[in-house]
Amino acid sequence: MVQTPQTRLDEYLLDSPTNSRFSEEKFILFLEGITAVFDGFKALDVEALGIEHNELRVVIGPNGAGKTTMCDIVSGKTRPTTGTVHFEGQNITGIPETEIALMGVGRKFQTPTVFDSLTTYQNMELALPGHQKLFPNLYSQVSTEEDDQILEILARVGLTDELDTEARYLSHGQRQWLAISTLILSSPKLLLVDEPAAGLTDAETELTAELLLELKGDHTLIIIEHDMDFVRRLDSFVTMLHEGHIMAEGTLEELQQNEEVIEAYLGR
Amino acid sequence: MINNGSGFGPNQKTDKLKRNFIALLWLTLGLVIIPLLYITGAISIETVNKLGRYMTYALVAVGLDLIWGYAGILGLCQALFFCLGGYAMGMYLAHHGGPEGIIDKTGWKLPACLYVVYPYKVGEVPQDALVPWFWKPFWSLPITVVLGLLIPGVVAFIIGYFGFRSRVRGVYFAILTQAITVAAQNFFSMNNMKFCGTNGLTRFEKIAGFELASSKVQFSLYILTVVMLFLVYVVYRYIVNSRLGRILIAVRDDENTLRFSGYKPYIYKLFAFVLAAVTAGLAGMLYVPQMKIITPHNLGAERSILIVIYVAVGGRSTLSGAIVGALGVSLMYDNLTSTIPWAWPYVLGFLFIAVVLGYPDGLVKLPQKLFNKFKQPTAEDTFEVSSTPSSE
Repeated sequence: MVQTPQTRLDEYLLDSPTNSRFSEEKFILFLEGITAVFDGFKALDVEALGIEHNELRVVIGPNGAGKTTMCDIVSGKTRPTTGTVHFEGQNITGIPETEIALMGVGRKFQTPTVFDSLTTYQNMELALPGHQKLFPNLYSQVSTEEDDQILEILARVGLTDELDTEARYLSHGQRQWLAISTLILSSPKLLLVDEPAAGLTDAETELTAELLLELKGDHTLIIIEHDMDFVRRLDSFVTMLHEGHIMAEGTLEELQQNEEVIEAYLGR
Repeated sequence: MINNGSGFGPNQKTDKLKRNFIALLWLTLGLVIIPLLYITGAISIETVNKLGRYMTYALVAVGLDLIWGYAGILGLCQALFFCLGGYAMGMYLAHHGGPEGIIDKTGWKLPACLYVVYPYKVGEVPQDALVPWFWKPFWSLPITVVLGLLIPGVVAFIIGYFGFRSRVRGVYFAILTQAITVAAQNFFSMNNMKFCGTNGLTRFEKIAGFELASSKVQFSLYILTVVMLFLVYVVYRYIVNSRLGRILIAVRDDENTLRFSGYKPYIYKLFAFVLAAVTAGLAGMLYVPQMKIITPHNLGAERSILIVIYVAVGGRSTLSGAIVGALGVSLMYDNLTSTIPWAWPYVLGFLFIAVVLGYPDGLVKLPQKLFNKFKQPTAEDTFEVSSTPSSE
């Protein structure tokens, strides 16, 4: 995937065959003129951002750069003040989060959100796709296939011994993995992964990176991360947000050469 | 570890067996032992009748446990649903009650309890009293039974649809439902509404052609209540063991996250809320022929709170705890108010605080805990004790 930094809408338009719209075949997700204003504070101001099909995009930026706000807007948690979000060529701005999730946008929150009173297995069970309707849930059971799938993913993250453990008793790392496992199981087209390595040990971080890289190719991923070693390990195209704007794009090496980026991270 | 695919490990399986066994024990107590005691004359029909009424409270409590214990919705309008069922049955019984002979112009028999408090307009005489249109469907028992279940269900659907969709949660939902119950109490208390005002519905005589006062009928009503309680318990147990039950728990734990997995929490909450309301309506319909009166007093704020106490004392999200709590607290109430009446509010308050602070799991888990204490404490036990589930 050869990419050049593009932060303005006209740059994307040059790419498009018709020169009038950005190419919908190329981008699974496209943010157009998105701003989010909270009490007069502009948390996010992105003129254009396109994520290609099956791309792994890393978003970095200092605290308050608008990374999580961007996730909130894509997943429907927050409505943007202006602008549109296109997912697979459809305008999904303002659609309820449940509908967006059903369309194939999965999300892992910054703090690992799992259901505390449910066991590891039950948490996975609820993440299975295609079982979100009310009444079938009265009688539907986990199929053998689904069971295998659950056990396979849990074996990868070493949670096999904790199948019947309520999630409240899991360690932070285990919760983090359970959250990632449920996300992988639900197999969305686009995964928004907010700080998957937060609070993990080095070995755990390594495995998390491995898992996410395995998904690359079949899924589109947007990964928000602070940990530069982790970002380096992912070895992907990076978008840097700063004070709500896209400050720079490129590989991590390129960004680390960029005076502006260094200033934003170290300066002030 | 072997997993059979339904999400139950070996522990849950033995739990299930134990639970079925205990449920059968309770059923034997209700359907064999109490009737035997009654037939041999050890307990009077009044005691049987009292137990029957307490079991209708247990029905309401089981419903509240589903919405509060499992789905985390604190609803304070279970008394309203109970009374909607109760008033439906009460209107049927009043239609067929005494004394005979008050026939209005259209040929309908005016129920005695309505006749005495009929809100005449200026210049009207008793001959002008008419049976209100909304009383008429309750002449027939089958229609009464259907409406007694349907009306609470529809009211719950309306409250739930607007409440849950607008994401009214926690204490706000509790206040909303409490306020609706107070409004309903005022509504039913007004003579103008032709629900017999504060007097309530009384002077019942016959149910389905049988004398309500006869001990055979009272005994049959008791048996019917036990059977209904058991059936409701079985249905609820099935629900909480299904995937739907686990989704309800997920709603309680973290409703917001559930949305990002493609679930619509409000639909699940609505389902539980309507089911609990229908159950409360059923309870009300069983209660009224056993109590032989229903008044707006049954809609009091303390009634709904009492049901919350039943569930909290018995043990949240256990179902059986709701039954144990309702029967236990009611029997205690019965004994205390006949011996030291002034002590009851204090005892109730103390009990509630003691259980919430000391045994957040409720009385139903107490034998298990005591048993664990007597056993040689192992590392696992200490872990279990130290990790009491947080009760919010």
